Amino acid sequence: MSIDMAQFHQVFFEESFEGLDIMESGLLGMQPGEVDSEEINAIFRAAHSIKGGAGTFGFTDISSFTHIMETLLDEMRDGRRDVTAEAVEALLKSVDILRHMMTATQDGDDIDLDVVKIQQAELERILASDGSGAAGQESGSSASDEGTASTGEEIIGWKIVFNPHDTILRSGNDPYRIIRELSELGETEVNCDTDQLPDLKDFDVESYHLSWDIRLNAAVEQQAINEIFDWVEDECDMAIVPITDGAPSAQAAAPHPEEVKKPEAVATETTAAPSAKSAAAKPAANKTAAKAGGAKGGAKSGGGSIRVDTAKIDSLINMVGELVITQSMLGMLGEDFDMSRVEKLNEGLGQLERHTRELQESVMQIRMLPISFTFSRFPRLVHDLSTKMGKKIELEMIGEETEVDKTVIEKIGDPLVHLVRNSLDHGIEMPEDRVAAGKSETGKIQLIASHKGGNIVIEIRDDGKGLDRDRILSKAIEKGVISDAGNLSDKQIYELIFEAGFSTAEQISDVSGRGVGMDVVRRNINELGGGIEIESDPGKGSAIIIRLPLTLAILDGQSIKVGDETYIVPLVSIVESIQCKPDMLNKVAGKGETFKLREAYLPIIRMHEVFGVENPISTDITEGLLVVVEGDGQRCGLFVDELLGQHQVVIKSLETNYKKVDGTSGATILGDGSVALILDIPDLMRLARRHQPIQFLKSA
Amino acid sequence: MSAQAAAEVEKEKDQETEKALLDVVGDQYLTFRLAEEDYGIDILRVQEIRGWDEVTRLPNAPEYVRGVVNIRGTIVPVYDLRLKFSMPFREYTKNTVVIVIRTETLKGSKSVGVVVDAVADVLHGHLIDITQSPDFGHEQMTEAISGLATFQDKMVVLLDVDKLVKDDADEVSEDEEVTEE
Repeated sequence: MSIDMAQFHQVFFEESFEGLDIMESGLLGMQPGEVDSEEINAIFRAAHSIKGGAGTFGFTDISSFTHIMETLLDEMRDGRRDVTAEAVEALLKSVDILRHMMTATQDGDDIDLDVVKIQQAELERILASDGSGAAGQESGSSASDEGTASTGEEIIGWKIVFNPHDTILRSGNDPYRIIRELSELGETEVNCDTDQLPDLKDFDVESYHLSWDIRLNAAVEQQAINEIFDWVEDECDMAIVPITDGAPSAQAAAPHPEEVKKPEAVATETTAAPSAKSAAAKPAANKTAAKAGGAKGGAKSGGGSIRVDTAKIDSLINMVGELVITQSMLGMLGEDFDMSRVEKLNEGLGQLERHTRELQESVMQIRMLPISFTFSRFPRLVHDLSTKMGKKIELEMIGEETEVDKTVIEKIGDPLVHLVRNSLDHGIEMPEDRVAAGKSETGKIQLIASHKGGNIVIEIRDDGKGLDRDRILSKAIEKGVISDAGNLSDKQIYELIFEAGFSTAEQISDVSGRGVGMDVVRRNINELGGGIEIESDPGKGSAIIIRLPLTLAILDGQSIKVGDETYIVPLVSIVESIQCKPDMLNKVAGKGETFKLREAYLPIIRMHEVFGVENPISTDITEGLLVVVEGDGQRCGLFVDELLGQHQVVIKSLETNYKKVDGTSGATILGDGSVALILDIPDLMRLARRHQPIQFLKSA
Repeated sequence: MSAQAAAEVEKEKDQETEKALLDVVGDQYLTFRLAEEDYGIDILRVQEIRGWDEVTRLPNAPEYVRGVVNIRGTIVPVYDLRLKFSMPFREYTKNTVVIVIRTETLKGSKSVGVVVDAVADVLHGHLIDITQSPDFGHEQMTEAISGLATFQDKMVVLLDVDKLVKDDADEVSEDEEVTEE
């Protein structure tokens, strides 16, 4: 009997990626010396399931690699090993590599085995090292069984992982010469890994495909070994790890006999951690991290499945049951209907409407996921970037359980990463500058998600130096984004950073400041039907506020009429509707029209002009209606002929068969089957600005 | 041919025997009329044929984009082929039909409706001679023409539906930076 295992692969990968996320967040939360057994247990369980799954599906590379991680975690869990910063760092790196292996397997690419091997050696080294002594003297470290005697142990030999690049022969180096030279230092055990060997027909005599595992049983100085490798350092990946004479811990570290059989598993060899930080091992490890990072970036997005809480499904089934009952009731009513039963019919229709709405809400619920799916990647990001930049940053996440639409989860990730990076890079100052400014050394970034009205609000707040108003202004003028400062408010100046081709970073760092970015961020958010605002308090910090609609499939809309065309305005954008009186109207430069509403002058967008509607009912502002709308923190009046009803509309994409239409976010189908366009207020304002540039520059 | 007959053409297309038929006769083309000219498109790209119905106008769209219609829940744009080919506009009559065709673009498959004066016939590939089309100088038109066929002493212009709507479907909407100075 053969079962097609491939059909389960997707589930395995999904679960494993989730497991990796759990491991990552758990590891980030672990403080050296402090053992939260719950946390370690969770990480251990995740590693265990990945190992089990990988074993079942025959992904032996993944399962054997995870096995070593698991062994290390197991010791931590049992208290046989202290949680050291070094071990946590190594485990984090291993998580990256595991993710790389998994992505590569999923996409059918080759796993970069060199990287895996080096990290494996690193893990084995930690595993083999003495658990409690290595990381220095943390208080309260429980002396582990395998004793502290090993610190004084003598080196009895070296374990060398030597993976020449395939181009090594072209540079005139001969790996065999190196092995020969090594054997001159003492007795060697050499294992050759031929996994990378291609088929004979693909064989290229000038490429090198072997990698080596060498055990040198001689107590020589590391210097002597390094000298041998001097010539090929740049041509290979390698790690040199000392083997010490430590029989007691060898037993403890090798509870699984099968490990001994594997040539690459060196759990039986004890190494002393401090001395193992050899010059050779370190660059190799760094390279590992870099490679894994690159792999992560190129990861393809997986299939479109979704995991749903069974409670949600149950409620859905209930609802469908009700609906069927209502339907059969109405059916019976229709069989012999007379006017005396109209009341019953109305009652039935009311019930139908109620059930339909409930059903619709439940179906929408299925698409809702907690935003923690997006937030979970930030602790790692902040951890890595702050270390890299030498800043001290604390990340606080509030409202992770806020549920948002799945599409939002997918699309908001990259813009958020960009914004958080910006806060890290430009917002938070260096520790010494912070102290000089009278602030605490550690900067704080907050990610806050919440429901407000019909919106989801995501805020990114930092307590850094805030935005530099003058620099933004001079840059904007220099770049030609605006012609002169005019009488722009502070807020309007801050918003200039969302314009295309704008970047104030004088030094382009690899973190941010390439000048593509904020405009893309805004566009992405607008595509989701949301808006973005910025707040800044010089010296005290800044905040980016993103507003997104609760769901992307349905919105509450107000239909309006212009000429004989109908459009839908999202209800959330509407502030109020007014009838304009002649004394409220003003003109700028003879054409830019504004109206005065409670001490504010707001620009007027004539819908029929911007959208080119033929024969509008009224062209005189005082005859029609002004719908005061808000978008991207700006207000304006939309001049329309008539307000129709309010109703929920289902959003349909115009891009499926056509392309984006400026000023709209999509279309919907009205009750009579005709199509109506849904207005995108921020986009419409930009469109109007192009029509009547004067109006928007001088007012608002 | 009336809209009803047009529907029959479509029905015929859907029949399972069609595949077997294809093996015998080869390609088939649906022909339609524009002004006094005959045009043909690959019949396998035709999704359905419907009568002219009111559309919802799209703001700031080119003149030949008449608007969008709702076809069973999806929003489909409707192009006027006369205007697309810079021919004079003609008021729609009861013979005016919208041929809904499926096109393959860089972004996947898209449906569009094209307004033509009337549908005419179905041509079988083995009954006609197809020749390369000469260069008309009019780039957009030349590109959209896949060949010229002769059928009963009349010329039929065979159109490549993908090229026909290419620049509309693939064009990325221009960004604000171009005009915002």
